[in-house]
Amino acid sequence: MKIVVCIKQVPDTKNGVKFKPDGTLDRGAMASVMNPDDKAGLEAALRLKDLHGGEVTVVTMGLPKAEEVLREALAMGADQAILITDRVLGGADTWATSSTLAGAVRNLEYDLIITGRQAIDGDTAQVGPQLSEHLGIPVISYAQKIRVEGDCVIAERQFEDRYHVLKAKLPCLITALSELNEPRYMTPGGIFDAFDADITVWGRGDLKDVADTDIGLKGSPTQIAKASDKVKKGTGDMINGTPVESAAFIVEKLKERHVI
Amino acid sequence: MDFNLSKKHLLARSLFRQFAEKEAKPLAQETDETEIFPKSTVEKMAKNGFLGIPVPREYGGQGCDPLTYVMCVEELAKACAATAVIVSAHTSLCIDPILTYGSEAQKQKYIPDLASGKKLGAFGLTEAGAGTDAQGQQTKAVLDGDHWVINGSKCFITNGKEADVYVIIAVTGTVEKHGKKLKEISAFLVEKGTPGFSFGTKEKKMGIRGSSTYELIFTDCRIPKENLLGIQGKGFQIAMHTLDGGRIGIAAQALGIAEGAFDSTVKYVKERKQFGRSIGQFQNTQFQLADMATRIEAARLLVYKAAMAKATQKNYSVEAAMAKLYAAEAAMDVTTKAVQLHGGYGYIREYEVERMMRDAKITEIYEGTSEVQRMVISGNILK
Repeated sequence: MKIVVCIKQVPDTKNGVKFKPDGTLDRGAMASVMNPDDKAGLEAALRLKDLHGGEVTVVTMGLPKAEEVLREALAMGADQAILITDRVLGGADTWATSSTLAGAVRNLEYDLIITGRQAIDGDTAQVGPQLSEHLGIPVISYAQKIRVEGDCVIAERQFEDRYHVLKAKLPCLITALSELNEPRYMTPGGIFDAFDADITVWGRGDLKDVADTDIGLKGSPTQIAKASDKVKKGTGDMINGTPVESAAFIVEKLKERHVI
Repeated sequence: MDFNLSKKHLLARSLFRQFAEKEAKPLAQETDETEIFPKSTVEKMAKNGFLGIPVPREYGGQGCDPLTYVMCVEELAKACAATAVIVSAHTSLCIDPILTYGSEAQKQKYIPDLASGKKLGAFGLTEAGAGTDAQGQQTKAVLDGDHWVINGSKCFITNGKEADVYVIIAVTGTVEKHGKKLKEISAFLVEKGTPGFSFGTKEKKMGIRGSSTYELIFTDCRIPKENLLGIQGKGFQIAMHTLDGGRIGIAAQALGIAEGAFDSTVKYVKERKQFGRSIGQFQNTQFQLADMATRIEAARLLVYKAAMAKATQKNYSVEAAMAKLYAAEAAMDVTTKAVQLHGGYGYIREYEVERMMRDAKITEIYEGTSEVQRMVISGNILK
């Protein structure tokens, strides 16, 4: 079984979000991580490989620095990694990104494509479904469970208060939720192997059947006017005691902070 | 000379940090309170290859370098020093001497299971009357046909009751050297479950309380002749060389404890308010933090240098001794300062610096006290 997993390097929001004066994300000032939904998608692919055999290829579009998440994916167990990087691809919105990814994936053999539901830096949840549209294959989004039977994939599609069980013929695309699984750790030896492995680097010229009008900033219908941080809320402590115990807890906390 | 870690080592460090934060840290306090060996964490470490980091691939290991292994111990110790010493004793004191001195048959028999974590390793040198003075050994091994018969006991053995494979040092006779009669010392491999091999009391310790520290008792314990490790009579050299490697692991543990206490303290001094401002705004706090950070950085450079020396040099005794001496004393100093900066809260068990200060003390004692490290270093200067 050949599985392609699309992953993205995103800023790590654990220590807050930093912006440039023009309102865009200051990616250089923040640490980077593999997007959590994508990591769950990769784990799902690796589990399918463990079960059915096959090959997992990870693909990312980004700056040369995005190689870092590809190495991480290789260290988790992916078999090969492709970095799509080119100046003309910069400033892409979801449309231009999915067009670019489609151009790359057209070069590959695949039975299943897995993307994360959405990236934590854009939160659009559009790239996966758009990619399936470009490739003309079915999509099951918001998958919380995936299994493969014969030439079909069966997935639970999550809704707020229920889930649908959907079946699609391979090849198809699935967008994964981070609730799908607990991604495995890399192994120390896997990290050493990942740095010995070659990463395939593709530029604009390597993309198949993609028009110049569908890539990069020029091919992006969306323009970001302004971005801002959410108002930060403290994490808070959950108290499950009786009202009397809870009140005592609060009093203790207030005393601890010398409020009372 | 490049003091920056490679991208490969940075990624390995992020793995160990993530694991330690998620798996070891939440259990650290409970492990200390209950003195229960953190078995589930050890199983997770085994699953993820942490118990065979510097072991060659041909023996089922991860094929990484000593620096990667040292960073694993360091990051684990930041969260839980007891978990860190389990890995250190297993890897440095059991796997390493088998890899270095074992026959091919011994390596094939023992290393794959140890490297995968299916089995845990330990090392028995110390006795009631022979700690720093390894020549004071009383445990004897006598050859009887195709078997060695071991009698005696070992104390303060890390991974004591939890291990499956033990490297045991015992007296096998006497030799004359420079007109003096000296004990002939040899090393052996003993498996748990061998008749005549039992466990004595579990030690109740000041720190690293989750680590399983036991007395090992040998009463007419018969092991096959082929379980002699290395050459007969070379046990003292094997033990000393093993401890050179072990000291780098303990130095990394000490470094991690210091870093863990430092991180907790930085967080605390920003939050804790006195006289209307955070205590981090007082110059005394700032100067203390500066001293702590500087000692940690110096310790890290020595520890990493010793790890690099192990990878490239035949003899790294001095580098290992300096790293352990300095890192252990830095751990004691930094954790003591951390408790002081926490004030009354630092003395309360709810705050991890209290545990870290107790954990730090052992790093100045085991695998060669700080005084022994000074003997090793000065001995090399004056030779």
